[in-house]
Amino acid sequence: MKNVKIYALSTCIHCKHCKEYLDERGQPYECVYVDRLAGEERSETIASIKKVNPNLSFPTVMVGSTVIVGFDKEQLEKALED
Amino acid sequence: MDAKELYGKLKDFQEKKGYYFNRDQKMVMDLLEMLLVNKERYGHMACPCRLASGNFEMDRDIVCPCQYREADVAEYGTCFCGLYASKEWNDEKRPLRVVPERRPPEKVLAGLGLE
Repeated sequence: MKNVKIYALSTCIHCKHCKEYLDERGQPYECVYVDRLAGEERSETIASIKKVNPNLSFPTVMVGSTVIVGFDKEQLEKALED
Repeated sequence: MDAKELYGKLKDFQEKKGYYFNRDQKMVMDLLEMLLVNKERYGHMACPCRLASGNFEMDRDIVCPCQYREADVAEYGTCFCGLYASKEWNDEKRPLRVVPERRPPEKVLAGLGLE
């Protein structure tokens, strides 16, 4: 199984759909809700996202070292199967 | 107010301007609910798919309907979060695609007091 991490917002519909898709596939993932972070933890997380997705949009999905911006099912599937 | 009431409040008014709720009703109701969550926690209905600051002035461009809706619906058929669509997009039944973020990241950072 690939190592998957999602930077998400708790209110974001595309993030929700992305998680549902991974759940359906039985793919485990770590999800960080950035809107629920505060202080230093939030600043550090945002800095990490900015490095891989300068647009700072959500979801930002990391499949190993591959970055997928938004819930792009095709790209996500490809990254999971590569 | 609940999502149903919000739906009723917005529908005709937005349709007159040429913006229709996405044909995916479930998605629309989820988005309206999340707008109400943001109204509760920030005091304004910031786009649920964007990181808001809670400061109205800083979030002004992403208060729904956001300032980017017009350009996104014109170019992609839906807005960034997918709440609003053009009539053509709804009728043509094109699949929902990822709408690239048009909001400059500097605005996200400035709202949060970061650089």
